[in-house]
Parts: sequence; C-alpha cells; structure tokens
Amino acid sequence: MSEKELIPQLFKTEYRKIISVLCNLFGIVHIEIAEDITNDTFLLASETWGSNGIPENPTAWLYTVAKNNTKDYLKRHKTFSEKIVFDLKLNQKQSEEIEVDLSAENINDSQLQMIFTICNPIIQAEAQIGLALRILCGFGIEEIAEAFLTNKETINKRLFRAKEKLRTENVKMVFHSEIDVKSRLDSVLATLYLLFNEGYHSSTQKTYLRKELCLEAMRLNYFLIENETTNKPIVNALMALMCFHASRFEARTNEIGEPILYDQQDKNLWNEKLITKGNYYLIQSARGNELSKYHLEANIAYWHSSKIENPQKWNKILQAYNQLLLIEYSPITALNRTYALAQVKGKQTAIIEAEKLNLTDNHFYYSLLGYLYTDLDDGKAISYFEMAQQKAKTDNDKSLLSNKLNDLKKKNNSLLGFS
Amino acid sequence: MKEFMMIFSSEINESFGPSPEQMQSNIQQWMDWFGGIAAQGKIVSANRLSFEGKTLKPNNVIADGPYAEVKEIIGGYVIVKATNLDEAMKLAEGCPILNHGGHVEVRSIIAMNG
Repeated sequence: MSEKELIPQLFKTEYRKIISVLCNLFGIVHIEIAEDITNDTFLLASETWGSNGIPENPTAWLYTVAKNNTKDYLKRHKTFSEKIVFDLKLNQKQSEEIEVDLSAENINDSQLQMIFTICNPIIQAEAQIGLALRILCGFGIEEIAEAFLTNKETINKRLFRAKEKLRTENVKMVFHSEIDVKSRLDSVLATLYLLFNEGYHSSTQKTYLRKELCLEAMRLNYFLIENETTNKPIVNALMALMCFHASRFEARTNEIGEPILYDQQDKNLWNEKLITKGNYYLIQSARGNELSKYHLEANIAYWHSSKIENPQKWNKILQAYNQLLLIEYSPITALNRTYALAQVKGKQTAIIEAEKLNLTDNHFYYSLLGYLYTDLDDGKAISYFEMAQQKAKTDNDKSLLSNKLNDLKKKNNSLLGFS
Repeated sequence: MKEFMMIFSSEINESFGPSPEQMQSNIQQWMDWFGGIAAQGKIVSANRLSFEGKTLKPNNVIADGPYAEVKEIIGGYVIVKATNLDEAMKLAEGCPILNHGGHVEVRSIIAMNG
C-alpha cells in the first residue's frame, strides 16, 4: 500500500482517537487546538512518508508525533499550558509534566466521551451530524458538503457555530453515573439514527458517499456495543435496524443510482450476512423490558428482510406500526401503517382510514391513495397519482410516479380497446 | 384543539374467561383501533387499567378490588385531541368495547391551570 492510500485510511480510524484523547486532556472548549495538533500530525505524515517511506508501525509513529506536537504547542503557548496544568492539578489528574496518554484504555474512554459530547441536543441536528462526520468519522469538509448538497463555506460555518456552542455551554466530557449515561445515550442514538438516515435517504446521487454515511453510523453504533457501559438493549435495537436496512443497499438502486422499490427488488442482491447480523442484534435487544421506537422499527425491518412470504408478516408489521404511533406520531409512520392495514384488512378498509389522515401537504399521501384506489377505481387512482406527481420534490420521485401513471393509463386504455 | 378523555367501561362478567387466542385477538382489535386514532396524530396518552386495585372509603375502610359493589368496571382510558365533542365522538366509533357489551364515555377535559 502506498502512503497515498494509507494516510486517508489512517485518517478515518486514528483521527478521532488522537483528537478525543487531546480533548479529554484539554477540555472540549479547546477542541480547535486539538484539531490543529492532530491536523499537523497528519500533515507531517504525508510530507515525510512520501520521501522517507512508510514507517514500520505507522500508527505508533502518528501517536509519537502527536505527543511531540502537543509538547511543542504547550512550550510555545505558555499561558495556555499554565492554564491546562492548573486545571489538571485541580482534578488531581497529573503532576507538573503534561503527558499525552495514548494507551488503548485511555483512547477507548476518550472516544466514548467524545461521542457523548458531540451527540448533544444543544447542537442543532444538522450541525450535530456535520460535527460527528468531521470529528468522529474523519470526513473532509468537502465530503460533508457533498453529502448535504451544499458548499464548503456553509459547512465550515455550521461546524464553527457547533463548536462555539460546545464552548459557551461549557459541556463536560466526563459522565458520572448510570443515569447520566442513560439520559445522554438517547441523544447519541438519535444522532446515529439521523446519520444513518442521511445516508439512506440522502438526495446526493453519489452512491459510495451514501453508503459511507450509513457504514459510519454502524461503526459508531458498534463501538457503543463493544463498550460495557453503553451495550444496552436499545443500542442493539438500533444496530439491528441499521443491519436490516443496509442489507438492501445493493438492491435498492440501479446502475445509475435511481431507486428500485421494495417489491421490485432482486432479493438475491439482499445481503445475507447483514440480515443474519440484524437477527443477532435483534435478539440481543430483547434483554430487559424496554420497548423503544428502535425496537419496533427493527421489528418491522426484520419482517421486511424475510424472503419467505409468511401469512403473519403484514399483521406483525401492522401491530408494530400501531405501537410505534403510540410512542411517537410521524406522518410517514401513519402512511406506512395504513399501507400495512391494506395488506391485512383490504384496500376498502384502508381507504376509510387513509382519508382521515389529512396529510394533504405530503406527496406520499397522494401516492398511498393512488395505490389504494388502483383496481378499485382506476380513474381516482390516476388523479391521485397526478396530484402526488405535482407535489413530489425530487426527480427520482417524479419519474417513479410517471412510470406508475403510464402503466395505469395503458392498462385502462387496453381495457377500453384503445391499444 | 381540545383534549377529551374516553373512558371504557363494561359490566362485570363473572364467567368471563377468554382463551389465550381470544385474548390475543382482543388485544389486536384494540391496537388496530388505537392505531387508527394515533395515525391521525390525535392520541395524547393511553393507559390500560389492571385488575389489581383497592378502594379507600371514609374512616379508613379499604375495600378489596376496584370493582367492589359496582356493576361496571372501568377498563382503561385514553386522552385524545379533537376540535370539539362531535369530532371526539367520531373518533370513538369502532371502539372494540362496543362489541363486548361495553360503552365509551367521552368527556372534555378542563386544564387545572387554565
């Protein structure tokens, strides 16, 4: 492997470790200093490895340079280092000399604390994901901008404001008790869920990037499972959910990135390994009494990942949607629930309930009504699909709907003897 | 939007002993009905009441069971959002308790701090 391949790879795995340890040492208020030191470390690597060759143990090399860079920084910035020494003495963490502790144990603890610090509800959702991608996943500003379909400047501003928020709110990196872990875990999972969804439903056409976002969310989730303090049933439930969804990654888009709907997917492309993993985490999530929205969504995803048609399937999905709506209402859950209802109790029943939903701003609402009226009253179905098309926002959605409309019109023309 | 409480009650049936399958289908009917209201975003909160309970009477007299000396038992309640009582009554339609000899009472809620 050349240094040109190795460095980006190490950046993805080691960047967050070094920066987490440094933030743990300095306090999150000094995150920018930690970023500078870490960036300089990688810069030196790319400058010297190209000409001098890759060192025998690249990771150890990075750690040594990070330690030295930190020492240099503290020497050059006397007031800062005095303040740090003072704070550390206050916490009785260390003696006179500041040592950067890059032991496996401290790296692990620091990473965990960093995840909890960044996935914090005081930061706006979009900025949270951005900061998580930058600090926890080692993404470049350009990549983040691409994922959000915006420019580097906007992302830089967003990240700056997020860091500013961490500073002014004086967020503490340490957590003290079980209760602390539990309450903050909810927001960590919410961020990972957002990150995964950003990848799964992202509007960017770059398939590799979308997959990368999902994988990063899974990696971070896996990190929480590996740690005893955070290996809770709810964490396993989210992991199961992600595995089931990710199992369809290859099947859900065609060669040019257009979506393929669930019932038209080639089931042979579903990833068996991920489905098996999903099953494993789903079982792990069943410890204890908690039934979170992730449990229910994982349950639904489990039934969707089953290749064999089971007569119970749609009823189980309907029941899970019923419970999910009682925990948390969302328009998309309401629509999905009504679709499941149609599979269990027939389209007539579902139409009555669908018309009560009153989601007239949502193009999926009209698609659902179009689907429900198909075969019962194709004229109505066509006009609902047309309304959906008018409201649809993305080109992909529009083209899916026009395919549906063409099929439906063709079918009705041939019934009338026109074709 | 105002809040309304639906109270579900039915007569006590001493010989009531459903099979596990009947219980299962009963729960499902309730969940399908709740799901329909929840899908409209109109459930505020829902709770079932268990059979465990006692009644406190004057002079510190405690009676066993929540249903001592009454003909009817309250099985649960749900708080919903609706613009008026008529709309709340519409939401009550299709409640499974109506198929089991029970009834739904719909009452508007007055906030204590209002």
